[in-house]
Amino acid sequence: MSSSTQSHGGGFFAKHHIVEKNPILLIIGILIMVAIGGLVEIVPLFYLKSTIEPVQGMRPYTPLELAGRNIYLREGCYLCHSQMIRSLRDEVERYGHFSLAAESMYDHPFQWGSKRNGPDVARVGGKYTDAWHVAHLTNPRSVVPQSIMPSYGFLFDTPLDTREIAANVDVNRLVGVPYTDEQTANVMADLNAQVSPDTPEAAALLKRYPKAVVRKFYPGSPQLTEGDAVIAYLQMLGTLVDFSQFDDKASLR
Amino acid sequence: MITDPVQVDKVSGQTTTGHEWDGIRELNTPLPRWWLWIFYATIVFAFGYWIFYPSWPLASSFAPGVLGHTNRAAVLADVAFSNQVRKDMTADLQKASLQQIADSPKMLELALAQGRAAFGDNCAPCHGSGGQGQKGYPNLTAGRWLWGGTLDQIQATITHGIRAPNDADTHTSMMPAFGKDGILKADQIRQVANYVRTLDGLAPEQGVDVAAGKKVFADNCVACHGEDGKGNVDMGAANLTTKVWLYGNDINDLVYTITNARNSVMPAWGHRLDPETIKSLAVYVHSLGGGK
Repeated sequence: MSSSTQSHGGGFFAKHHIVEKNPILLIIGILIMVAIGGLVEIVPLFYLKSTIEPVQGMRPYTPLELAGRNIYLREGCYLCHSQMIRSLRDEVERYGHFSLAAESMYDHPFQWGSKRNGPDVARVGGKYTDAWHVAHLTNPRSVVPQSIMPSYGFLFDTPLDTREIAANVDVNRLVGVPYTDEQTANVMADLNAQVSPDTPEAAALLKRYPKAVVRKFYPGSPQLTEGDAVIAYLQMLGTLVDFSQFDDKASLR
Repeated sequence: MITDPVQVDKVSGQTTTGHEWDGIRELNTPLPRWWLWIFYATIVFAFGYWIFYPSWPLASSFAPGVLGHTNRAAVLADVAFSNQVRKDMTADLQKASLQQIADSPKMLELALAQGRAAFGDNCAPCHGSGGQGQKGYPNLTAGRWLWGGTLDQIQATITHGIRAPNDADTHTSMMPAFGKDGILKADQIRQVANYVRTLDGLAPEQGVDVAAGKKVFADNCVACHGEDGKGNVDMGAANLTTKVWLYGNDINDLVYTITNARNSVMPAWGHRLDPETIKSLAVYVHSLGGGK
């Protein structure tokens, strides 16, 4: 690389000044490079069957879980909590089995995240009691003294806005979540059934959505509150896939 | 920027790029050789990576690479390895009874170390990092146990939880919501709440008929809490005479408890933790100061 070969006109590699001096050409070149990266790295994930491993137990969200998930998004929970247990030993030992692609296949958008001001919540379902979630969301310091999480106590004073849930289920179906006709026809019934245990409606809900957790999550209010929806969502997280039926060896990738 | 004819700089002997600003010319200094060679090496490395590791997408699958490496196999091997190491270290723990573990200093040290780690992650959010508990979450250091404080009883409680909806062997018992369900009237609840305070040596409110409260207690509470209020660990009925109050001994707290019942829940950890970890947890919790 002596200075003489670096001068202008010294072969193909010395012609970079042409694109450097022409912004339009430079932008076109960048777009082509980025498009190649996207085509090679992202597009195959949409057609390769091996992207989403076969599992038992995944189902679309119940209307109440979906409503809770919307509040989770609205409040920006994802800014501090990931839902992605990475395939590293320390993560698996703390949080449980590493997250599977199948576990977020009905998420629009997914909540994987990478920012962990708080712990990962991919398998938080069943780890704490409803009462703990109520106490923790109302005042996180009351149960975890060192917590820096803000208070979300207003969730328990705010009745759940149910006007858009049916439309929300329809939109999810539109983008590929396999809600059945029966599920989309019973959205409002299922929404209330999930907080009414031991009723025929709850039995019907469990038939449509196996493993749904049915109880009044926040007994402090007779109404259906936003807090009920959020806790219903949290108590479901990571509990759907039946790992006794999951073959790790067949899903290596 | 004015394009300037390429010249040779007299001081450095380098050519200029042809960029010129107010008489200042940019030198066309080549990249340092060490940098350039590392750059070429990374390109060569990439070809090697393509061959050895999974990289390229194909029509129906992806090129797995010569080494057959997968992240999932790697973490499964990692976990299996550390489980094996732990298994070897804790071989005695698996075979030993909880009492034998507690009696052997060597096994106890191991169990306490393992139990402390598991406690911090799984139990401390409710019971506090030292097991001191808080309102609604029992203090594990006080020697007062709703469901029994022997090693075996603690192990059973951790494994199956309390009123855990997903465990058939969980501890179950339901205190009636005496007010909400209309079993007692508000003044009866106030009377019995005051009587319960006297069981624990606390002063009743002025002007409340404690004798009537005693009658209410005898009619409604003794079946579980016993005539003397000493409770019953078989049904998780609290001992009301110990100065330890899970939901407070303030008259308002007691009235609320009797009116609505608490019937709190503890998750069943047998679904999340392996049996050895639960054994260690039982020994650790037992050692916090309250074990029987």
